[in-house]
Amino acid sequence: MEAHVIFTDKLTKTFGSFTAVDQISFSVAAGEIFGFLGANGAGKTTALRMLSGLLKPTSGIAMVAGVDVMRHPEQVKRRIGYMSQKFSLYEDLTIRENIRFYGGIYGLSVQTIREKTKKLVDKLELGAHVDELVLRLPLGWRQKLALSVAMLHEPRIVFLDEPTSGVDPLTRRQFWDLIYEAAADGVTLMVTTHYMEEAEYCNRVSMMVDGKIEALDTPGQLKKTYNATSMDEVFRKLARG
Amino acid sequence: MQAIVVEQITKSYGAKGAVKALDGISLSVAKGELFGIIGPDGAGKTSLLRILATLILPDAGEAYLQNLHVVRDYKRLRSLLGYMPGRFSLYQDLSVQENLSFFAAVFGTRIEDNYDLIKDIYVQLEPFKNRRAGALSGGMKQKLALCCALIHKPEVLLLDEPGTGVDPVSRKEFWDMLQRLKSWGITILVSTPNMDEAELCDRVALLHNGRILAMDTPAGIRGSYERPLFAVRSDEMYRLIQDLRQWPGAYSCYAFGEYAHLALQQSLQGFDTQADSVMAELQQYLESRHHTGIEVLRAEPGVEDCFIASTKDR
Repeated sequence: MEAHVIFTDKLTKTFGSFTAVDQISFSVAAGEIFGFLGANGAGKTTALRMLSGLLKPTSGIAMVAGVDVMRHPEQVKRRIGYMSQKFSLYEDLTIRENIRFYGGIYGLSVQTIREKTKKLVDKLELGAHVDELVLRLPLGWRQKLALSVAMLHEPRIVFLDEPTSGVDPLTRRQFWDLIYEAAADGVTLMVTTHYMEEAEYCNRVSMMVDGKIEALDTPGQLKKTYNATSMDEVFRKLARG
Repeated sequence: MQAIVVEQITKSYGAKGAVKALDGISLSVAKGELFGIIGPDGAGKTSLLRILATLILPDAGEAYLQNLHVVRDYKRLRSLLGYMPGRFSLYQDLSVQENLSFFAAVFGTRIEDNYDLIKDIYVQLEPFKNRRAGALSGGMKQKLALCCALIHKPEVLLLDEPGTGVDPVSRKEFWDMLQRLKSWGITILVSTPNMDEAELCDRVALLHNGRILAMDTPAGIRGSYERPLFAVRSDEMYRLIQDLRQWPGAYSCYAFGEYAHLALQQSLQGFDTQADSVMAELQQYLESRHHTGIEVLRAEPGVEDCFIASTKDR
């Protein structure tokens, strides 16, 4: 197993004359929880879309789970999990149907899907609701289910794009328990969030400003470097420039 | 005079009212007050704001803004309230200036008439005044939406999650603007899922599953926390939280930034005399579990601790 599951070198994306992502170079280790922060429009989403094989880079290198994003974007998609606040599960399908659908997309066998469904539902204690529409589930349950579904095919990397926006504080922490648990199993998690206290839960944090990575370190070291008492303060100092 | 009065408002959706969005909500907001409705998605914030904005009807209960009833007097009410919906609802294809002129015209006024009110905000938008609203950044969209909601100089301003999807820098600027608007005597009701924004309001209501968990000043809410609370850290946070949850005296333990907040089972009453011995005990327990870099501090509860405690107890 290679040490770095994500590796980029001068990864760049331009749209016409606008450089959305400007030569970013970083690497992420297996089992790491990596926070990906930045103001709106800083280039986070563009970078995430390149790393997940959805958007072709203009130049530079990105290796994700050992695959070159530029040359084999389809292989990248198969090896990663992705979950966002905006889109995760089909609301008008039941829990069971969602699991079956995503299992099918990832090419799992009927037998595997059946086993996975049972395991997942038991773990999240959703047994009594497995045939209910996702629409009927509280948001917190949905987000926990969505993370588990995004990891159905046992990816080594999961991208989480603002997974906890709007979720109540108690459920948010239960969600982070799941993130920690996955990391302990060796899964790499790349997380974007607007909650600065969640940045503290990451092993390392990168801060994007105007398409560049302005800072990358552990939360503790970032606070020292920028002489700040909280990550919120680090963010404000960096984003304001 | 109370600018907003809500009495036993109830609202359900779906077949036979299957989803109860608001379950007997009552509150009142004084003129010139900055009042926060704090709660997660699905708590009922948007339903409440839409009822107050005369956009949907309550199933039961009464609500008044400036002594005008939200159902019976809705036409008169609309000219004296400003409403900013949670989803960006301006015309994406119109420029910044065109949007503003349009909303001014709808309310029978002109940009110049109330320019003083929006001046601080509008100067930040001015460099982009010919840009299409759809092409603005999240923070700029919020500023434009606020300008449009203010253009007719409303007496009551209803803001539905102005901070959502906006980065921390823009969010802070937005709250600074609200403080300035308060000085004009405008009553502001703002909803947010961010517990830390409670501190920026004069008073708040914590909303969860359509009910009010608590309503007070931020200090009052914090003061109502009933258990001793500690902030604990070690070099291995995930294992620390699990170990703390298993500690016999623990009531609950959750991550709070770089610390874990540990609440004890016992009551706060008379705890001060035992605090030192409990902290020593805790330190010993963590050492026995081979934690390193241990730090144990007494913590002041925040609004978020209170919210967690009251949702956990339900």
